[in-house]
Amino acid sequence: MSEYIIDAIRQGIVETLQMSFAASFFAYLLGLPLGVLLYATAKGRLLSNRPAHFILGLLVNIGRSLPFLILLVLLIPFTRFLTGSSIGTVASIVPLTVGAIPIIARMVESSLSEVSPGIIEAATSMGASPVYTILHFILPEALPSLLLGAAINVATVLGYSAMAGVIGGGGLGAIALQYGYYRYQKDVLWTTVTLLVIMVMVIQEGGNIIAKKVRK
Amino acid sequence: MNEVFQLNHVSKKYENDGKEFIALKDVSLSIREGEIFGIIGMSGAGKSTLVRTLNRLENVSGGSVSFYGQNLAELKPRELRNVRREIAMIFQGFNLLAQKTVLSNVMQPLRIAGVPRAIRKQKALEMLKVVGLEDKWNEYPARLSGGQRQRVAIARALAADPKVLLCDEATSALDPKITGEILDLLKEINRTRKLTIVIITHEMSVVEEICDRVAIVDNGELSEIGEVKEIFRNPKSKAAQKLVFPSNPFDPSTSDSRLIRLVFDGSAANRPFIAELVEKTGSKVAILSANTKSVGGIGYGQMVVELPNNPEEQEKIIEFFETGGLTVQEVRHA
Repeated sequence: MSEYIIDAIRQGIVETLQMSFAASFFAYLLGLPLGVLLYATAKGRLLSNRPAHFILGLLVNIGRSLPFLILLVLLIPFTRFLTGSSIGTVASIVPLTVGAIPIIARMVESSLSEVSPGIIEAATSMGASPVYTILHFILPEALPSLLLGAAINVATVLGYSAMAGVIGGGGLGAIALQYGYYRYQKDVLWTTVTLLVIMVMVIQEGGNIIAKKVRK
Repeated sequence: MNEVFQLNHVSKKYENDGKEFIALKDVSLSIREGEIFGIIGMSGAGKSTLVRTLNRLENVSGGSVSFYGQNLAELKPRELRNVRREIAMIFQGFNLLAQKTVLSNVMQPLRIAGVPRAIRKQKALEMLKVVGLEDKWNEYPARLSGGQRQRVAIARALAADPKVLLCDEATSALDPKITGEILDLLKEINRTRKLTIVIITHEMSVVEEICDRVAIVDNGELSEIGEVKEIFRNPKSKAAQKLVFPSNPFDPSTSDSRLIRLVFDGSAANRPFIAELVEKTGSKVAILSANTKSVGGIGYGQMVVELPNNPEEQEKIIEFFETGGLTVQEVRHA
C-alpha cells in the first residue's frame, strides 16, 4: 500500500470515530427523551397516554423501517440546509443522527422496562411525582442497561457510517468503497474492513466493561 | 382514640379482558392511632390490594378510605403526594435502589420532601442508627443480607417522619430468626416513636408476635376483626380457625372421633391439666398437637386432644376443662 493510502486510512479512522461518536451523541440528545416518553406513556405506566404512545411508536417504527441508504438520500436537502453541504464528514453526521434516533429510543424503552415495578411502587408510595420517579428512580436504576445499549448503538452507528461513503461521506467506509471496491484494491478493502471490525469490538467490549463496573 | 384510617364499605373490582375480578368486597374497618394492626389472609385473599387502598396505590371501586378524616379519593395529585409522605411503606422485596448507596436510599424521601441536603444526610444517618446499620451507610444494597436490606428499607420509611408505616409482607422473604429481629425492631419503633403500624402477612405467628388487633381477610371479605388475644382464644370464622388452629396435628385414631381444642392463657399455662384430668376423672385423652407461644406478650398454649368415644365421658372431660378456666372448642376433622 502506498504512503498516500496509509495516510488516507489514518484520516479515515479519525473521521469514522468522529462521525460515530458525534452522531451517537446528538442522537441520544433526542433518542433518550423519546425513549423515556415511549416507556412512560405505555399502558399502565406513570404517564400512561394512549394516543401519545401510539403516535410516538408509529414515528419510531417508520424511522426504523426505512433502509439507511434510502434515508441518506432522502435527507440530502435537510442535510444541506443544516450544514450547508451534503458531502463530507460533518454532513454525514446528520443522516447518521436521524437514523440512530429511533433505534436508540427503542433501546432506551427496553432498558427502562427492565426496572422492577417494585421500585416504582416504592417511589410512588413516598409521594414522588411521575417526573421525579423517572429522573431519580427509573433512570439511575436502568443506568447499567442503558450503557450496554449505548455500546450497541455506537457500534451500529459506526457500521452505518461506512455506508455514508456512498453519498460522499468521509471515513473508512468511503475509503473501502473508493479504493477497495471501485479500484479493485483488495488490500485496502480488507484493511479497512478489519479496522472497522476492530473498532466495533473495542466499542462493544469497552461498553460492556463500563456497564459492568457501573452495576452495583 | 384517634382513627388513622377509616374504611367504609370498600370494594375493588378489576377488569381483565372483559372478565371481572372482585378483589375486595364491602370491607369496613378502622385503624387506630398508635396501634399495630395486622391484616392476615391466605395469598390471593385481597390483603395486598387492601393495604394499597390505604395510600391509594390502588383506587377503590366503591366505598371510601379516609386518612385522618380526609377521603383519599377526593385528593388532587399534589395533595395525594403530600399525604403519601405521611404514609411510609415497606415491601416483601425491599425495593431499594440497587444503584444507590444505603445512605442515598435512606435520603430519598427527604429529598422528595424538599429537605436541604445537609439535614438530609444527618437525618438519614440518624435513621440508620435506629435500625443498627450506621456503619453500612456507604455500602450498596447488593452487599447486604435480606434482613439488613429490610432494615435499610425501614430506615428509609422512617426518614421523613411518617405518621403510619405500612408493611406489605415485610418479613415473608426472611428466615424465622431474622423475622423475629425485624418484628422486634418494628415493635420498638411503634413504642418509642408512637408510630401506627399496619402489617400485612399470611403468617399467624407474625400477628401473634406483635399485633394489637387483627383483621382476617378471606376471599376479598373481612371475615373477622378484633384483639389478637381474643381471636387466638376464640376464633369464630372458618378463615380465622384455619389460621389459628395448629396446621399439622397428628391424625386421630378414628375418622369420626371427637376432637377439641384447649386454649390456656398465661395464668392457666403452668397447671398440669392433663394429669389432673386423669387423677380426678379417670378419663384419658390423646394429645394430637400441643404448643405454647407468646401472644401479645402473654404466654399462650393450645392443645388439640382426641376424646374417648363414650359421650357421657366426653361431657365430663369438657366440663372439667371449662371449670378449670380453659377455653374449649370443637375441632372438625381436616
